[in-house]
Amino acid sequence: MTQLPLHYFLALAALLFATGAVGFLIRRNLLVMLMSIELMLNGVNLTLVAFNRIRPANHAGHIFTFFIIAIAAAEAAVGLALVLAFFRLRGSVRADEATLLKH
Amino acid sequence: MKSFEALFFALSALLTVGGAVATIGSRRPIRSAMGLLVTILGICGCYLLLGAELLATVQLIVYAGAVVVLFIFVVMLLGPAAVSGTDKASAIPRYVGATVFGVGALGAGVLMRQLASERLTSTKLVKLPDGFGGIEAVGRELFTTYVIPFELTGALLLVAVVGAMAVARGKQADPTRPNAPVNPHLADPHLADSDPSDAQSAINVKAPTGEPSSAATAANAAKPPTGEPSSAATAAKPPTGEPISAASAANAANAAKPGDGH
Repeated sequence: MTQLPLHYFLALAALLFATGAVGFLIRRNLLVMLMSIELMLNGVNLTLVAFNRIRPANHAGHIFTFFIIAIAAAEAAVGLALVLAFFRLRGSVRADEATLLKH
Repeated sequence: MKSFEALFFALSALLTVGGAVATIGSRRPIRSAMGLLVTILGICGCYLLLGAELLATVQLIVYAGAVVVLFIFVVMLLGPAAVSGTDKASAIPRYVGATVFGVGALGAGVLMRQLASERLTSTKLVKLPDGFGGIEAVGRELFTTYVIPFELTGALLLVAVVGAMAVARGKQADPTRPNAPVNPHLADPHLADSDPSDAQSAINVKAPTGEPSSAATAANAAKPPTGEPSSAATAAKPPTGEPISAASAANAANAAKPGDGH
């Protein structure tokens, strides 16, 4: 397969994680925040698969990635249900509107 | 062959980073979802380069096929409310935090490049065994070594599905149970919250046309099903006479009108 050095993939994964984290911090739209979480999970997945490339004796990185994909799907389902419930309560999807515990 | 791989990686990396930037940068969530889709395609290309063929397929099926479609469903369900304007109140701490994080991540990247071992930067990687990353090899490991986490993942998905349904359904009266809700706020969703869509429907239902029969039905709909006098008096007038109930229905419709503006 590939003869590209591994740090290309690691750098790409780190960039993806940083992008997702920055998006999670600067955006207040709940939908975009959930999508940023997906970006971060994908960055971690890419790291795991890349490290599995230099130790191909077993598939531990692949299996972890498999589980993370399943958990990300569950997280997206529950998170979007929460967004819908929040929208029903407040009529908006801005995270700044979530002030019920503040007062 | 080498240059083809480099070109493929460059294309995948471009898709990944461009999609990620589009995801966090665009104002409309539907474009963010499309950016997420592009990112997922780029990561799929990276998985193929790393020999993870099964994972590339799973990535396409689960992420592009399920997660992104779920996001797009919710964006369509929310409609124009999915676009939220920028918020000035807490902008400065957020941008400061994001800048600190971004600079820290860049520093960590540079440090990693400096300290990276020979193993990471060498272009002579271990030769992959036959069938590495294929469905047979990964599946055999998944169902032998990792069979207990695999089953637990199934339980987790079941719990997540049930929880998502319970959360998204909201606390509305169950139409299959005739007289279950005792709490009047649960019985009448128009009293419980001030959702604009609910207010709109309240106006549609309780339009004060002056016709006694429709007003009586509206008052009946607003009446709590239990015959408890105190809670019934606080929540809505019991239908003792037609004029009172008609007046209360008109009051409810008028009270619901200011919520229509936004």
